[in-house]
Amino acid sequence: MREERLSPKMRLLPLAVLVAALALWAALSSFRLFPESLFPSPLSVARGFLEEVRSGRLLNDVVASLFRVTTGFVLAVALGTPLGLWLGHQAKARAAFLPAINFFRNLSPLAWIPFAILWFGIGDVPAIFLIFMASFFPVVIATMAAYASIPSVYFRVAENYGFRSRELLTQVTLPAIMPQVITALRVTAGLAWLVVVAAEMIAGRDGLGFAIWDARNGLRMDLLVVGMIVIGVIGVVIDRVLVQLTRIPSVRWGYER
Amino acid sequence: MRDKPLRLEGVSLSYGEVEVLSDLTLEIGAGEFVAIVGPSGCGKTTLLNLFSGFVKPSAGRVECDGQMRMVFQHDGLFPWLTVAENIRMGLRHLRQEAERARQLKEMLALIGLKGFGGHYPHQLSGGMRQRVELARALAGDTDILLLDEPFSALDYLTRLRLRRELALMLRERPRTVVLVTHDTEEAAQLADRVLVLSERPARVRCELNLDLERPRDATHPEVVGAVHRILTELGLEHDAESALVRM
Repeated sequence: MREERLSPKMRLLPLAVLVAALALWAALSSFRLFPESLFPSPLSVARGFLEEVRSGRLLNDVVASLFRVTTGFVLAVALGTPLGLWLGHQAKARAAFLPAINFFRNLSPLAWIPFAILWFGIGDVPAIFLIFMASFFPVVIATMAAYASIPSVYFRVAENYGFRSRELLTQVTLPAIMPQVITALRVTAGLAWLVVVAAEMIAGRDGLGFAIWDARNGLRMDLLVVGMIVIGVIGVVIDRVLVQLTRIPSVRWGYER
Repeated sequence: MRDKPLRLEGVSLSYGEVEVLSDLTLEIGAGEFVAIVGPSGCGKTTLLNLFSGFVKPSAGRVECDGQMRMVFQHDGLFPWLTVAENIRMGLRHLRQEAERARQLKEMLALIGLKGFGGHYPHQLSGGMRQRVELARALAGDTDILLLDEPFSALDYLTRLRLRRELALMLRERPRTVVLVTHDTEEAAQLADRVLVLSERPARVRCELNLDLERPRDATHPEVVGAVHRILTELGLEHDAESALVRM
């Protein structure tokens, strides 16, 4: 997980790849190997982008998708982390619940889509439910595993220095699992972002996933590409934001050992 | 404080079928530095765990008077805390912040890590980390220090240096010390009394008293002599003279 420090020249390399890819795309579409309706040109995608921005639909879709992802993800973390800690701590509870949690973790959240629509209709709630189902179980498992891997010597040291039970949680357990939990949050947030697109395609009236579906139904391949690019860019931005958590000085140890 | 703060009386301990200790009696005096050496797996660390209360005896009595702290082989520091914050753990019981800050400064100076208070353990070498461990354990006013092979993860030269530093630190802050080690030289350089344990179930094979000022050089004749005696007791050294005769 170590972040590479790139020299300024190296930082230009991805930009060069981007420019080359755009050039290739422009060249392919200018030869008209495929009809414009199947292979939109960069220019028509740019025009579509402006159109979507001006109409305000793009912003609306981005906000809707981000709201759903954030709500579902925060709920999953807020409930999953304590449950993971509890399961890590209680061997009996772990034995009882782990098989069920593993079952649900390996069940694609998309399989819940029919139920999500039957139970919650169309809109925010089914999408939030699906994102929750996608994020909750991985968060539980990761927290539990992180707890189980805390070296017992930390607890003996804490006892030696007179830490009480609440201090054990806030000053030993939580900081000890933090690096692993942050890594799990990054992975899970990526998963949640994947799921929101699928959820909105079927159970949405807005959002980026719906925008893609809508573009497909209207045979607007330029808008479809706009949606794809925005989804990809936001996914990268989300990860970049979460990676900032790994820069906190008190968690660096987890990534540098 | 009593004059014998650590006592074992007729202590036996078994893990299932395995008898680790059998009817062991032991007294450690206030301010005394006792080293326990013995073959690996003979129950040396178990002795420390009995003193610290981490392990309960199957039979017999364990008595400990006073505040106790244990130093582990390695990685006992909290990696999410800085050097200063780790040492501050040892000062938690002090009421006044001014006093804590003063002692922290003193401890950092004592271990020669003045500019390193804001560093995290993973940014330090192994030797520096063990120094911080010692400082944390010696900070504040505890009575008893339990050392579980504190230098065994370090290279030989660093080990020599840290033995000397520990001796100097104890001169500033006297403690009752129990050191468990497989390093006979370390025992001979540091301890007032060396207990050589036998194979399981552990008995005290022999007791060596060293009435010699600390810090001691590793090559001091009395230290070398003590190492020779300990190794002989452990069956690892054969009489040098008889070896000469055979040649």
